[in-house]
Amino acid sequence: MKEFTYQKAADVPGAVALLGADPDARFLAGGTNLVDLMKSGVERPARLVDVRELPLDRIETTADDGLRIGATVTNSDLAAHPEVRRRYPVLTQAVLAGASGQLRNMATVGGNLLQRTRCAYFTDLTKPCNKRDPGSGCPAIRGEHHNHAVLGASSHCVAVHPSDMAVALAALDGVVHYETADGPGEVPIGWLYLPVAETPHRETALPPGALITHLTLPPSPVAAHSRYRKVRERASYAFAIGSIAAALDVRDGVVHDARVAFGAVASRPWRARAAERILIGAQAVTETFGAAADAEMAAARPLAHNAYKVTLMRNLTVAVLGELAEEAGR
Amino acid sequence: MTSTSVKGAPVRAVGTKHVRVEGRDKVTGKARYAGEVPFAHLAHGWLVLSSAARGRIEAIETEPVLAMPGVLAVLHHGNALRLHTDFVGMLGTRPDPTCAVFQNDKVPHVGWPVALVVAETPEQAREAAEALVVHYEQQPHDVEFTGGDPNAYPVDGHMPAVTDKGDLESELAASAVVIDAEYTTPEEHHHPMEPHAATARWDDGRLELTDSNQGATWVVAELANLFSLDPESVRVRSEHVGGGFGSKGVRAHQVAAVMAATVLQRPVRVVLTRRQMFTLAGHRSPTIQRVRLGADPDGRLRALDHRALSRTSTVYDFVEPSAGVARVMYDADAHHTENQVVRLDVPSPTWMRAPGEAPGSFALEAALDELAEKCGVDPIALRLRNEPEKGPVSGLPFAGRNLRACFEEGARRFGWAERDPRPGVRRDGRWLLGTGTAGASFGAGAAPSTATITAQADGSFTVSIAAADIGTGARTALTLVAADALEVPTGRILVRLGDSAYGPAMIAGGSMGTRSWSWAVMAAAGELRERLVPGMEIPPQGITVRSDTTEAIAALARKERHSFGAQFAEVAVDTATGEVRVRRMLGIFAAGRIVNPLTAKGQFTGGMIWGISMALHEEARRDTVYGGPLGADLAGYHIATHADVPRIEADWVDDPDPEDPVGIKGIGEIGIVGAAAAVANAVWHATGVRHRSLPIRPDRVLTAVRLA
Amino acid sequence: MALPTSSVITLHINGEKFTLPVDHRTTLLDALRERLDLTGTKKGCDQGQCGACTVLVDGRRTVACLQFAVAAEGREVTTIEGVADGERLHPVQQAFLDLDGYQCGYCTPGQICSAIGALQEHAAGWPSAATDDLRPESGPPPLTAEEIRERMSGNLCRCAAYASIVDAVAQAAGTRAIQPAGTQADSEEQAA
Repeated sequence: MKEFTYQKAADVPGAVALLGADPDARFLAGGTNLVDLMKSGVERPARLVDVRELPLDRIETTADDGLRIGATVTNSDLAAHPEVRRRYPVLTQAVLAGASGQLRNMATVGGNLLQRTRCAYFTDLTKPCNKRDPGSGCPAIRGEHHNHAVLGASSHCVAVHPSDMAVALAALDGVVHYETADGPGEVPIGWLYLPVAETPHRETALPPGALITHLTLPPSPVAAHSRYRKVRERASYAFAIGSIAAALDVRDGVVHDARVAFGAVASRPWRARAAERILIGAQAVTETFGAAADAEMAAARPLAHNAYKVTLMRNLTVAVLGELAEEAGR
Repeated sequence: MTSTSVKGAPVRAVGTKHVRVEGRDKVTGKARYAGEVPFAHLAHGWLVLSSAARGRIEAIETEPVLAMPGVLAVLHHGNALRLHTDFVGMLGTRPDPTCAVFQNDKVPHVGWPVALVVAETPEQAREAAEALVVHYEQQPHDVEFTGGDPNAYPVDGHMPAVTDKGDLESELAASAVVIDAEYTTPEEHHHPMEPHAATARWDDGRLELTDSNQGATWVVAELANLFSLDPESVRVRSEHVGGGFGSKGVRAHQVAAVMAATVLQRPVRVVLTRRQMFTLAGHRSPTIQRVRLGADPDGRLRALDHRALSRTSTVYDFVEPSAGVARVMYDADAHHTENQVVRLDVPSPTWMRAPGEAPGSFALEAALDELAEKCGVDPIALRLRNEPEKGPVSGLPFAGRNLRACFEEGARRFGWAERDPRPGVRRDGRWLLGTGTAGASFGAGAAPSTATITAQADGSFTVSIAAADIGTGARTALTLVAADALEVPTGRILVRLGDSAYGPAMIAGGSMGTRSWSWAVMAAAGELRERLVPGMEIPPQGITVRSDTTEAIAALARKERHSFGAQFAEVAVDTATGEVRVRRMLGIFAAGRIVNPLTAKGQFTGGMIWGISMALHEEARRDTVYGGPLGADLAGYHIATHADVPRIEADWVDDPDPEDPVGIKGIGEIGIVGAAAAVANAVWHATGVRHRSLPIRPDRVLTAVRLA
Repeated sequence: MALPTSSVITLHINGEKFTLPVDHRTTLLDALRERLDLTGTKKGCDQGQCGACTVLVDGRRTVACLQFAVAAEGREVTTIEGVADGERLHPVQQAFLDLDGYQCGYCTPGQICSAIGALQEHAAGWPSAATDDLRPESGPPPLTAEEIRERMSGNLCRCAAYASIVDAVAQAAGTRAIQPAGTQADSEEQAA
């Protein structure tokens, strides 16, 4: 780790000004990913601007009855918040499915969205990686990739996004709000993460130097009937190999509304819009759920060792939508 | 008070629960481990490891690094002290050249130590080590471990590579039922929670090492040999050791620390990072095992063939002797067992908890389960039908074999009698349920040790022995043993260990530590009691006796000496997601006299949880193109955590060893033996699908279901 | 403008103030272990992947390896050395001792600090991934073994003393007194 300077930001404009346009500067919040990456040498900032104590740590109901979630709200506080538990249970479940109690107490909402992939080639400086070192190659494609992407990847990168929280936010149509030296901006979660294409090192649509200030969740009646299920190679404290965030509104046996997003299958949380199109208006039965999953996974391009994810995501979709439909029928 | 009271203490300490004598220090954070002992003028060393998989070092750019803030030295093959490596050490093994650091320019694998950077602070050392540029001449490498390798060759290790009895092929041909299956286990790592750490310093011509190891005597002997020192001038201390599991012998970091302390003439600490442990701490080789069983229709074995292949480095022969367990467990008219290795461009493996038995019992006990299914015989009945009267291969008598009692007691407590043998028929919501069992054995031995006991004038006794308490509870066990031997309350016993100054002693390894040390304590206590006449005056310096068990242990007759056990597991499998959860587990063991039931339970269940972890989680991955480990951290290498561990019980049947002064056999390793097989057998019972490759990952369950 | 890469900071640890110069690269964990001789907090992985370095910061459990010491300035840090009440062990410590909730002891301070934090979180009504009923009005879920296991899963124990650790946490939870010494006493009424 190289030496760095450290400054604590007093307010949002100050934080943005302190960072400026310096490519060697980074915002530091919970640190659970950045500090680790600095230790492994993936990140070598010369300056850190600490934003953890900025007054962005509140969760409030918005005028339109949605939620506004500050960027420095910790994962723990987000998961435990009464309004989140009541109205967006999928979000609480997704957050609680990630990391550990200690890490959730440190990690912030803004940082969670911007965490980097855990691809073992990305975090190992002795190996090539297009995301870390553009143009060096992607050894995962012919190497160890059993937990890599089956959707939306490219021949340049097959890494997956590690966040659980972001999968729920994708299903909930969350919007990311940020501040720059030129003023504020916003971007829906669905547009936050750029397509991999030939530039896997360009991960988000945020302008350089932007500071995430908060998220907004629109009011979502369907979200009250929602669920997150995560499959991993250990019962807890492990990243997903496949996950689903789903919300289902069933009336008289017909799907009135649905939200589905997949995790650990792509470089970003994967909103399953093809699946949603099949679901809405169809009978809430197993066949529909299977057809919805098949419609979404039709685009899957598995590698030699991760084709199981296609089966896994189908099975997860059928299982979780089935559970939600059964609860709706009670 | 000047008179002793060696008689009149009625309580038997051995066999009763006793909290760890150092427990308060451990729960308050006062217990200091090797990297935590402060030294004035301490310098910090950071190892630089090879990124090349095979080749030689062309150049090391030391100058820019030496100019960095705080950097004191860069040690490498061009300037390092020359070491002596042609010797056979205390455990009958030659040194792994990996620990004889910086002796030449050859690079035999990724993660090979190529330099040590020493600086004033750890931050400076780390940054300088990362900045050090090393140029390699790379050569083609091979890290792919596959069966049928023509270069495989038999290696003896701690047992003969090959044993034979009878005519295997004829018996197989005459068998009504034959199982022929291949089983694989992956590369596994010890990963004690405390990373390897050592501080070396010279003090008035004596080398002092504060270290985390499994045996101070062992480390002294290895260092003295390597550095051509008089063993009397080397002292190794390790008061608290944060786990070992076979990985904490002499490793590169201790040797590098001694070199640096010698060059700089100030204390130098070297601590391995978790990532470095993946290539420098040893590991368990992956195995490919073929088991052939031939049986009569009722399951009586006519033929047992177990062939195991493991992998070693190109610099050191180490064999994972997986086929050995078959030589102990089951009778058959014909037996063939062999352990072979292939050399690849990988780090040297080493002993890891139940070396051989852990992977070997997975293959053998899974194969027996397959035979039980094919014969339509209950898995426990099948095993008891093949109980040997004497060593199946050796023909030697057993010094106690209580496997039957373990199975009977276990079956009763687990509810085995109610088990429906059909697979894939029990469901609880999304989960399919199944149960499985497996047998276990592990060698019971003792090795020479010395101990010193001093009777103090105040009526207390100090026991000094170069034992290592790596978490086994040895310090407490020896306290109980000494208390009984001296017939005093445990509060009057102080056990001092983890210091080579106390004289030669066995390592904490091979499940032999507590037994070997207890023997020495018993011998010393016996002699001391003879010297202490009731009512006599104890001089201020106390009365000290010293024991040496070399002769007593050499006098033990050759027998089949083992602990035994029966493992039971219940699992739940969601075949839609591939998730496997262990719901409950029970192990019943015949493992000698249990000294401290409180800590013994932890030894057994700890081993059983290693079995869960081995069955479902553990697997080190390696990139074949670059040759190095992938995901070399505790997020990439999964060990079981709290949520993976269900209700788990361990208990034991009465099984004292009559030839041991205390009756001990040893309990450190048997808990893992058979545990992974019990889980895998339960997965079959739940789903009807055999998993012959560990770990049983979700993707494997999903793929197997799809193919079924 | 040449900004410094080290600073003189004041850390609040176990109710005491420590002023020291630190290289900004120094983590809270290394400051505790290498600079302040508070070696009870352990370094198991240095990557947030094992939980051995768990300490309470402003009353909440965190890992000390992923925080820079300079960023911990002004926060109230409680380490294993600060959880007992003088010679009287914290109930979680006592339960670990009584029930043998460890073997080698290296993960133990982290397990204990984590358990203290986890019991406070539970008492405050926080759900976990093992909680079925998320409704806030339902209050703290029953503290089953499954709940304890899930909440403690950020603390690896390679000796695998998990069964007795869970027993110890459950026993300590029964004592109600789950507030560590040296942090603000706001959870007295939360202790269900």
